[in-house]
Amino acid sequence: MMNYRAARFSIFLISAFLFLAPSLSAQTVPTDDESVKNGETLFKNNCYSCHRVKEKWTGPALAGYQNRVPSIEWTIAWVKNSAKLIASGDEYANKIYNEYNKSQMTAFTNLKDEEILDILAYVEVEAAKPDAAPVVVTEDGAAPAAGVPSAYINAIIIGMIVILLLLLVVLGFIVSTLKRVVENRNLSEEEKEVVESPITLSTVTRSPGFIFLVIFLVTTVGFKTVIDGLFTIGVQQGYAPKQPIAFSHKIHAGENEVNCKYCHTGVMKGKQANIPSPNICMNCHTQIKTESPEIKKIYAAIGYDPATGTYSGKTEPIKWVRIHNIPDLAYFNHAQHVNVAGIECQTCHGPIEEMEVVYQYSLLTMGWCIDCHRKTEVNGKDNAYYDKLIQLHEQSKGKNNKMKVEDIGGLECAKCHY
Amino acid sequence: MSNTKTYWKGLPQLTNDPEFVKHADKEFVEPGKNEDLGHSRRDFLRMMGFSMAAVSLAACEAPIRKAIPYANKPEDVDPGIPNYYASTYINGGDYCSIVVKTREGRPIKVDGNGLSGVTKGGTSAQVEASVLSLYDNYRLRGPKAGDKSTDWQTLDSEVIAKLAEIAAQGGQIRIVSNTVLSPSTKAVIERFKAKYPTAQHVQYDQASTYGMLKANEESFGTAFIPSYDFSKAKTIVSIAADFIGTWVSPIEFTKQYAATREVSAEKPEMSRHYQFESILSLTGANADYRTAIKPSEEGTVAAQIYNILASKAGAASLAAPANPIEHVEKAANELWANRGKALVVAGSNDKAIQVIVNAINTLLDSYGNTIDASRPVNFRQGNDEQMGAFINEVTGGKIGAVIFYGCNPVYDHPKGAELGAALKNVALSVSTSSTEDETASASAYKAPDHHYLESWNDAEPKKGMYSLSQPAITKIFRTRQAQESLLVWGGNGQADYFEFVKENWKNWFYGKAGNGMDFQSFWDKCLYDGVLEFPAEPVSLTFKGDLNAAAATLSSAQAGGYELVIYESYGVGNGSQANNPLLQELPDPITKAVWDHYVTISISDAGKLGINNDAEGRTQKLTLTVGNQKVTVPALVQPGQKQGTMGIALGYGRTKVGKVAEGIGVNAYPLIGMANGSLSYAVAGVKAEKTDENFQIAQTQIHQTYMGRTNVIQESTLEEFKENPKEWLEKSAKITDWEKKVDPSAVSLWKGHDYKNHHWGMAIDLNTCTGCGACVVACNVENNVAMVGKEEVINRREMHWLRIDRYYSSASDAPMNSKELEQAAENPEVVFQPMLCQHCNNAPCETVCPVAATTHSSEGLNQMTYNRCIGTRYCANNCPYKVRRFNWFKYHHNQQFYQANPAMNTELGRMVLNPEVTVRSRGVMEKCSFCVQRIQTGKLNAKKERRPLKDGEVITACQAACSSGAIVFGDMNDENSRISQLLDISKPEERPYGIDKKIGNPRAYRVLEEIGVKPNIFYLTKVRNKDREKKAV
Repeated sequence: MMNYRAARFSIFLISAFLFLAPSLSAQTVPTDDESVKNGETLFKNNCYSCHRVKEKWTGPALAGYQNRVPSIEWTIAWVKNSAKLIASGDEYANKIYNEYNKSQMTAFTNLKDEEILDILAYVEVEAAKPDAAPVVVTEDGAAPAAGVPSAYINAIIIGMIVILLLLLVVLGFIVSTLKRVVENRNLSEEEKEVVESPITLSTVTRSPGFIFLVIFLVTTVGFKTVIDGLFTIGVQQGYAPKQPIAFSHKIHAGENEVNCKYCHTGVMKGKQANIPSPNICMNCHTQIKTESPEIKKIYAAIGYDPATGTYSGKTEPIKWVRIHNIPDLAYFNHAQHVNVAGIECQTCHGPIEEMEVVYQYSLLTMGWCIDCHRKTEVNGKDNAYYDKLIQLHEQSKGKNNKMKVEDIGGLECAKCHY
Repeated sequence: MSNTKTYWKGLPQLTNDPEFVKHADKEFVEPGKNEDLGHSRRDFLRMMGFSMAAVSLAACEAPIRKAIPYANKPEDVDPGIPNYYASTYINGGDYCSIVVKTREGRPIKVDGNGLSGVTKGGTSAQVEASVLSLYDNYRLRGPKAGDKSTDWQTLDSEVIAKLAEIAAQGGQIRIVSNTVLSPSTKAVIERFKAKYPTAQHVQYDQASTYGMLKANEESFGTAFIPSYDFSKAKTIVSIAADFIGTWVSPIEFTKQYAATREVSAEKPEMSRHYQFESILSLTGANADYRTAIKPSEEGTVAAQIYNILASKAGAASLAAPANPIEHVEKAANELWANRGKALVVAGSNDKAIQVIVNAINTLLDSYGNTIDASRPVNFRQGNDEQMGAFINEVTGGKIGAVIFYGCNPVYDHPKGAELGAALKNVALSVSTSSTEDETASASAYKAPDHHYLESWNDAEPKKGMYSLSQPAITKIFRTRQAQESLLVWGGNGQADYFEFVKENWKNWFYGKAGNGMDFQSFWDKCLYDGVLEFPAEPVSLTFKGDLNAAAATLSSAQAGGYELVIYESYGVGNGSQANNPLLQELPDPITKAVWDHYVTISISDAGKLGINNDAEGRTQKLTLTVGNQKVTVPALVQPGQKQGTMGIALGYGRTKVGKVAEGIGVNAYPLIGMANGSLSYAVAGVKAEKTDENFQIAQTQIHQTYMGRTNVIQESTLEEFKENPKEWLEKSAKITDWEKKVDPSAVSLWKGHDYKNHHWGMAIDLNTCTGCGACVVACNVENNVAMVGKEEVINRREMHWLRIDRYYSSASDAPMNSKELEQAAENPEVVFQPMLCQHCNNAPCETVCPVAATTHSSEGLNQMTYNRCIGTRYCANNCPYKVRRFNWFKYHHNQQFYQANPAMNTELGRMVLNPEVTVRSRGVMEKCSFCVQRIQTGKLNAKKERRPLKDGEVITACQAACSSGAIVFGDMNDENSRISQLLDISKPEERPYGIDKKIGNPRAYRVLEEIGVKPNIFYLTKVRNKDREKKAV
């Protein structure tokens, strides 16, 4: 009895809320900068792989959506679960669905209402902007190397060689002058023997000093070459193996500007960035380039029949060739670098958006890791985890001395080896 | 005071055995004559040349490695991120509510479930090790008919046809099992019985408590075992009940018991525990007062205690032998003084003793206080009489069909051999064991069950307390859940046990606990929590047992022969998990023996029998004659063993078990006798004869010695602690600087460190540590520690990162190696000390490593970098705690260790490895890392959520496994962390983040404080609740 009453009361509350809901400000698209900015991030992370604001892409252009959709609530429901809306027999939903060849939009159940409104806010602001606004891409230049720049070193070396040559010439003059002076004097037999002994190539090459010098130089250079050679063992910089499917990052990440995180879903969450499983490809490729032989390979992997649009359930995982091989003894976590530190993918993976075939851009040696940990400042912005550390660092080293990864133990063994 | 005590790790140290002296200063044994450990110089050059060539060739073309993503990624599985599932460990009547950690669909670790009201997050060594049993190579790959593989349809049709034929002729059908905890399984069996009216369900237990059930039936009218609550007891008397180790519900009892053993300056109180027993059990080792008695005296102790209490209460007394037994009177007086806060338990399976104990507890007002009859437990429901009758029926040819559900009576029942021989005459015999064990081999059909980690199930460990099991992995082999088999054979078609359990929960519990949720939400919540608990309904009990009848049947000591105690092994338990190397290599808490089976004998009996144990575990075998059974086992001389008694463990001597446990020990089950209608685990009149056969038992007890340094164990009595909590501190070692004696930590050669972020530390309470060894197994599983096998343990090359040192001590000023001490050794006190890398702030290992492979972190960790280590072993040499382990061999991918270490040497076994931890290779040193992988994960989670790390987010594997909560790990820089609170840490103003924190807890000390290495592990002194002894004049 009590339960029944409680249930009725809660039904009343819910319906009251639903009734009042439209009048709440939550269901109007906000206009403040904060929301627009938030919306931009959300848009880029979630929508951008299929939608553009002003162009028709995989999905419709979003500009002017407010004039087309029945209501804001409808939009929210659509974004959250379009399939449900279509199934409910909603007229406009079915119209769109059919217009886009019955391609299903991904359900974004994890987005909150406010977040969807923020996205809409961004779309409205963006749509209002004049066309062809040039997009300025800023790129951080590489920090100049510490110490004496290499150009100077070359100049110094050349200068020294010139000086040495000049010295040689001067010495030659001195020798010939001395010879002439000596020739004009009367010399004893012994002295003559010394003076007239010919300095030929063979006397020089047979001199112990020369032999020592040559052996020393050969050994040093040889040793250096061997060491350098040994250091390159296992370093696969530039490694660009042929992959089972000719997937082009240039087309996806470059031309179509699909966000990296759209496919590499683990990059913010954990150790592995994740090579996308074919079901992610299928979000778009049920519609796009369905006739391509490369796409057919995806269909084969996931057991999809494009003719009927059905899945057989028989799957065969795609065996990609691993490019970035970090040894088992080293622990690397993408979330730490991408999520916490906010490092761009390109910092380590290079101009991935230009790569037709992906290659290993960085050295991926321990020295390379360490180098970056020495130079990189800890990204403690809005991260309470680092607050105390930054405060203590500034107390001891001064405000202008930025806290580097190395300062908080970024070079310690057990950060990567355990 | 404590410091005048003498501590010794084993008898060889006490008797100054020449072998012990020889090896005392050596951490590792020198390679033997026949052991080809190294290679000649020539080999070295040859290998060098080859490997150079190999390296240069390898450099030409790197091997191609594949990266294979899911074809269709499950939504909730992210590679590299573990998933956790609440489930339940059920092994016969052994129960533990657990959380299973899986990585990419493979269970890799089992932890306790804190939501359970029964086990409350605790685990045991067997629970921790069970994850490896999932990947046991000996598991059946699919159903078998006879010796031939078959498929399920064929098996089903044949079994159903035979059942129908037998039922038609009115033949008897039996389902035999251990205790069934699952109400749904019982419902399945009921359905089966409904289909076949001649079917009966027979339950038995390897460690039977049938005597208790019968005693309670006689005393109170219902056959039940109540819940015991040790946490409410001030005086605990246990008559041979090993409640911390094996008795009824050890995980639960350990937790309760530990709660009464926590002592602080604010709460200087603890329980007092009396133990009367024959073998030195884990529980006895933790007792304040331990009296060694013969098993035949257990009844005498109970009766004498009853008589003393009865005289105080004005009740009639019993006829009891009057021979004086130490501490009986003292215990009885204290019990009486603490009425309502006292508890008496007895381990005996003799009904008579249990009736008397019930009477004692009634007099003490325990029911309703320390004993909760409203929560009967279901851990042991076995009926010895029914089981005995069943075996007689089989041998008499009266049984038509028998189905063994998850049990192995051919091995683990005293009459197993008879049963095994008679099974071939039974028309239909089916075993659902997941391995081809003794019973399955003797049965015609093998219908292998899933491992529990692959199964759906439910359990009712206590009345009104339920839990669910869910699969954490898809079935690995062509197995089928036994309940499903029973449903199918019971004519329910292709039934789905998952749906069956779900339907049951809907019918039984949804109405009561649904709280307005829809059923799916209710089910999801139950599954998420793993447990569902209802409040208890109070019951009232009136004792109406016949005490005089009970007293009259008490067994009395028999003249002649030894008395033999048959006990469950702490490692392999009752033998069902014998093929698990984690358990075989877990040192027995008391004897510290691994991979071996032995009979424990007392020191004086060893003298009489001419048995001589040396420091290397060399001993002689004894032939024991029990009735018409004869077994030959090595003898192990055990301090604390009652003279005239012997002890032998169950769980060994398996014959159909797989490579790991093959050929270890003898089967002790046939030695079990009968008393008062139930199995008796103590038999009298045993003859023992020394044989000429020599044997070497692998024991870790005197490995890793401290070179005569003191200050390892600190202990005190409660009385002394109350008077002056810091007394031991005042007497502890001092060093002399240039003018005066100072505290050793005040002087240092080093500048110390500043830990600005975290300062990880650990506190281990020697008072609550029971020595059970769950932490050791948990550490092994978490950190991919290699098992090395018996030979290598003998060579002192065990790899455990965490060991539990067991010290005997005698309250005596007598010097080491004296006769007087040897007498004290007949019944010594015991201290357990978990010993692991102490993460010294001034670590001696770090300064001697020539390649800086072991370094210090900015969070106080002593880091070990395997890829840098070149194996000089200087660090191990310089470690005062002897906690570093060297990889003498490549333990993975090495056929030599196939048997001992399947987790690294078989495809199947490797699934258990923790991907977060490197598998170490030959020639490198390793040691406890403070579970650095867990620290890093915890920190990363905090960073991802942009917040500071919370206390309790990072817990080490050993801490998680510890049922008694003896291990506390945390950030000592965080003032609110548990460790800071426990140790009462305050930061010194001059250097707040430095290594020298002020420790306020008077019990905290560091091992070998005087050498100034300043460990980050603190121990809390052992406090015994003993009266001050009057010094003999």
